This record gives sequence, C-alpha cells and structure tokens, in this order.
Amino acid sequence: MENGRFGAYGGQYIPETLMSAVLELARAYERWRSDEGFVSEYSTLLRQYAGRPSLLYCAERMTADLGGAKIYLKREDLNHTGSHKINNVLGQALLAVKMGKTRLIAETGAGQHGVAAATAAALLGLECEIFMGAEDMERQALNVYRMKLLGATVNRVVSGTATLKDAVNATMREWAGRMDDTHYCLGSVMGPHPFPVMVRDFQAVIGREIKEQTAEFEKRLPDAVIACVGGGSNAIGSFYEFIGDESVELIGCEAGGKGADTEESAATITNGSVGVFHGMKSYFCQDEFGQIAPVYSISAGLDYPGIGPEHACLFDRGRARYEAITDAQAVDAFEYLTRTEGIIPAIESAHAVAYAMKIAPAMGKDKIIVVTLSGRGDKDVASIAKYRGVKIHE
Amino acid sequence: MNRISKAFSSKKAFIPFITGGDPDLETTKKLLYALYEAGADLIEIGIPFSDPIAEGPVIEAADERALKAGCTTDKLFDLVSQVRADIQIPILLMTYYNPIFAYGAEKFTLRCAKSGVDGLIVPDLPFEEREELQAPCAACGIELISMIAPTSDERITYIAERSSGFLYCVSSLGVTGTRNELGGSARNMIQRVRKISDIPCAVGFGVSTPEQAGEIAGFADGVIVGSAIVRIIAEHGRACVKPVSDFAKEMKRSIKTHE
Repeated sequence: MENGRFGAYGGQYIPETLMSAVLELARAYERWRSDEGFVSEYSTLLRQYAGRPSLLYCAERMTADLGGAKIYLKREDLNHTGSHKINNVLGQALLAVKMGKTRLIAETGAGQHGVAAATAAALLGLECEIFMGAEDMERQALNVYRMKLLGATVNRVVSGTATLKDAVNATMREWAGRMDDTHYCLGSVMGPHPFPVMVRDFQAVIGREIKEQTAEFEKRLPDAVIACVGGGSNAIGSFYEFIGDESVELIGCEAGGKGADTEESAATITNGSVGVFHGMKSYFCQDEFGQIAPVYSISAGLDYPGIGPEHACLFDRGRARYEAITDAQAVDAFEYLTRTEGIIPAIESAHAVAYAMKIAPAMGKDKIIVVTLSGRGDKDVASIAKYRGVKIHE
Repeated sequence: MNRISKAFSSKKAFIPFITGGDPDLETTKKLLYALYEAGADLIEIGIPFSDPIAEGPVIEAADERALKAGCTTDKLFDLVSQVRADIQIPILLMTYYNPIFAYGAEKFTLRCAKSGVDGLIVPDLPFEEREELQAPCAACGIELISMIAPTSDERITYIAERSSGFLYCVSSLGVTGTRNELGGSARNMIQRVRKISDIPCAVGFGVSTPEQAGEIAGFADGVIVGSAIVRIIAEHGRACVKPVSDFAKEMKRSIKTHE
C-alpha cells in the first residue's frame, strides 16, 4: 500500500508537472496522520463541528414493511452540511493548513463535496474555488448558491460532458498551474496516490462507528453493509472496518441510469473495464480505444465513469460486490424512505436504499443490514419532482 | 544512430505538433507533408483523447473535433504507414496512457514499430509508472520520451540519467497553450540536465511566436510548437494547410538562426 497500490490498481498516473505536488502531499500525510495534535484537532472538529458520531437508526417501519432482515440506517445525512463529505474535507483542510497552503480547489458533482469544501475553507480561513460541470450547475442550482454564500468561487466547466469527470479534469488543470499555495481537496477515494488512501482514512470513521453501534445495539456484527458508489468514498468509509470480517457482506450500489444494459448508465464495475485515468488504474466506462465514455445517471454525485482503485481491488478479490440500480429504482426508494420513515435521502443514497429493499424481504428476520445514507435529499427535491412530471414554482 | 538522434545531431530541432484527425485524416496527411517540407525535424502527432488533462482549451477542442470526425488509434497507425516512406524524419505519437492500455501495450508498440513510429510521448505516465510501457517499447525499438517540468526539481537529475531519445522540457506550470512569458525555468532545467547528461532537450508548452522559438533555440536543442499550430487549424479548417505551412516556415527560420 505504501506505493499507493491496491493489488494492480491505484498508482500515480499524472503529468510530471503535478508529481511534486502529489509527492509533497504524500509526505505531509505520512507525517501528520499519526501526529497526536493533528489527530486530536481532527477528531475534535468531527465531534464539535460535524456532529459525529452520526446516528445508527433502526428503521422499524421499513423493516416491518419489507418483512425480512432488520434494517439500520447510518445517518451521514445528519452531519453538518448534510453528507459524509464533511469527514474528508475537514481532514484535508486541516492538512492543507499544516502544509502552509492558503487556498483549496475542488471538483464537485452533486455539489455536496463543493459545499463541504467551501464550508471547511470558511471555517479555517482558506480561499476556495470549486469546479462544477455546467450540466450539474443546472441540476443543483441551490448548492451552487450555498457555495457562493460560503465565500467560494464556483467555476463553470463546459468542456466534454460538462459533468463530474470534466470538473475533475478542470481542477487537475488548475492545480498544475498553481500548487505552491493551493491544495486540491479531492472529494472521493480516487485520483493519484495518496488521495485514495487518505480520503479512505478520513471516511473510515463511518465504518468504525457502524461496528461500535451494532455491537452496542445487537451485540454482533451486521450481515451486510450497503452503500452507494460513484468514486466510492462513503462506500469505502463504510466497508473498510469490515474488510477483515468475512461474514459481513459488502455491497456497493452503482448508478445504472436508464438501465445498466443501455448507453445511458454510469455502472462502472458492471459495464466498465480496467483502464488508467484521473491518475489511477481502476475500472472505467470506456470504448475499445480507451476513450472515456460519456456516462449518465439521474444522480449528479454518481455520474462518474470510474471507481476508486480500492473498490476495483475488493471486487477482483470477491470481497465486495457491486450492483447497478436504475434511476427508476432509486427514485422509488427515495419516495419510499421518505414516506415510510420520514427521512428524505440524497438520490445518491437512495441507490443503496433501493438495493436493501430488494434483498431484505428474502433474508431472515434475524439478519441485519446497515445502509449508509450518505446524504440528505433536500437538494434533490426539485429534480425528483421534474422526474415525476410535477411542476414546482419556487 | 537512430532517426531521433540524427534529428538532433548538428542542428536545433523544430518539432511541430498536430492532433491526428483534426479536422479530418485527409487534412492531417496533407499537414504532415506540409510540415515536413516546411523544415520540421521531428513531427509529433497527438492521438485524440476524450479527456486530455494536460491540455489547454486549444488542443482539448482539437481532440474533440478529431474524435467527432471519427479518428481512432488504428486509423492513425494506417496514416503513419502511408506517409512513412516519403517522410524521412522521426514521427512521434503523443497519447494519454489509456488509449495505449486499452489497445494493449505490447500490441500498441508492435503496431508503432510496423507503422514506422519512432517514439512515444505519454503525458500522464510519469517516470515512476513507466515500467509497464518501457519494456514493450524497448522490445520494439520505440523511444519512450521522458518529460521534466519546472516543478521536477531534484527529479530532473534522476529522470535525465535514465532517459534516452530526448527530454521533453515543459516550459512552465499549467497546461498546454500559448504564454506571453517563457524561457526562465526551461533554461534553468536544461542547465541542470547539462551537468550530468548530453541528452538533447526540447522545450514545449506555450511556444507560439517566432521570437519565442528563437529565444528557446538559443539554449535548447529543440522547440516543440503545438497549440499555436492547432489554433491555425481550428481557424481555417480544411483550408489550413497553406497557413500552417507558412507559419511553420517562419518558426523554422527563427530556430535556424541559432544553429
């Protein structure tokens, strides 16, 4: 792992100009990750600012209605800024300060990571610039305004498909031009080493809490942990603590869009093949000549043609499995959870809820499923209405 | 002496870059002949990529045009095969790593050798990751060109000691595209290389005027010109051959005065 490899995956496939920046970051992370002061500052922020630990909520009505396994929801949606993204940005922003950086740049898809990064920047007095696809700015106009309120500049990315992957391209280009005072606060367990390791470490608190909380409530391990996967940070955060516990099934839910067998999908493990892109070797949706495929999902946060290298490795090892959930299934799950439990999940998280709904009924009542609700769904209300053909005047 | 070494021996090399298949393959073919006749010493052809993260907007747009026009890796190999007998200078392919990886590194380098490609420039394959491509390149006699950047610092010596063909010196921070100020850090980089190696050093990224080309030729062994040419292609479309040729001649003249 020290060379940034997960089996055959990972690595540092980036332009020479950026090598010094990622090597500097890797050295800094090695130094600070075990520094007592840093660890204590970070965990204080998680507790006092982000609101951790997040609840592990027993979804009794959902459990009763589905009639099978007992379902718990890991409530990352209750974190400050409304998603798991805050866990990572607080860690990276603190590290950036230790490295003497004064400016954060970040990509965002749904806007959750952008909002979290802008928040951490405001808290720590850093300058912040966010890169966001033009298409996503349309879908998530409210989050764009939140970022601006927080003092960030939001750059509109119009190249390529104008979504998350293009936002990553734009942020990497920006970083290559200015790295002495700037930290690239990458939002997922992807990109060149050390990002996949570092972001996973900052998100692993999710799984540690799940383990403690299920031990407290049930005196045992869960049987399955389910999370949605775009780049895969909330999923790896949920899974990591359980990788050695072979009895716990780890299930990632990818965006199947209009069907994993159609061209309008973002199901990377289901449809993709091994490639090298955005600094890492992993699975990608691509054509026979290695051109990255335009992908599609109703969820801007999962609308990404790749997946983090550690997921690729877990998949190859057979330690985790990955299932494609369609837009239609995710929207149904979004509405179902809202009505059954009074919890509006992010459309990303609804992909994980949908798979739990699919498998819970066939499982015994003595089984336990934990579903990570990576974020809250307020940001998605307008697009769900649109999906259902309902006109809303704000 | 292979074609690349020969291209740098006893002269300053002018190295134009064009994106293959922009605006179409037929025009690319005409451009290759035109650049050769205008005095290019090596030619760099870019395999268009969907997500060229080291490129500025000019070459990114060219890649998009070429892909839309149907350019593929195979079609570019065919094109190189067609012109190879006439064009006596080294032909380099510039490509992101994924098109090579998807093709299969061995199959790709074999195809390079068969088509008459002399070397590869892979901007997202830094020195640490090149092992997986270095072996297949070596097996087929293809040069894998190393890059150094203003941020490479102590890596410069490390990379220069282990490179062959020539060194691609990235003139300044950021992505490809024209710049007003050039030269300072490139000159510095080359001085560091010179202390330990006599490998030819060619400077690219941002060279857009004959004055800049001349300035760089004053201290470097080669001048790589990409975005400035691609911009002319974007402006003139299929009618670009004459204006590109005129521009190339001008650049060549300016470089030549420093020999």
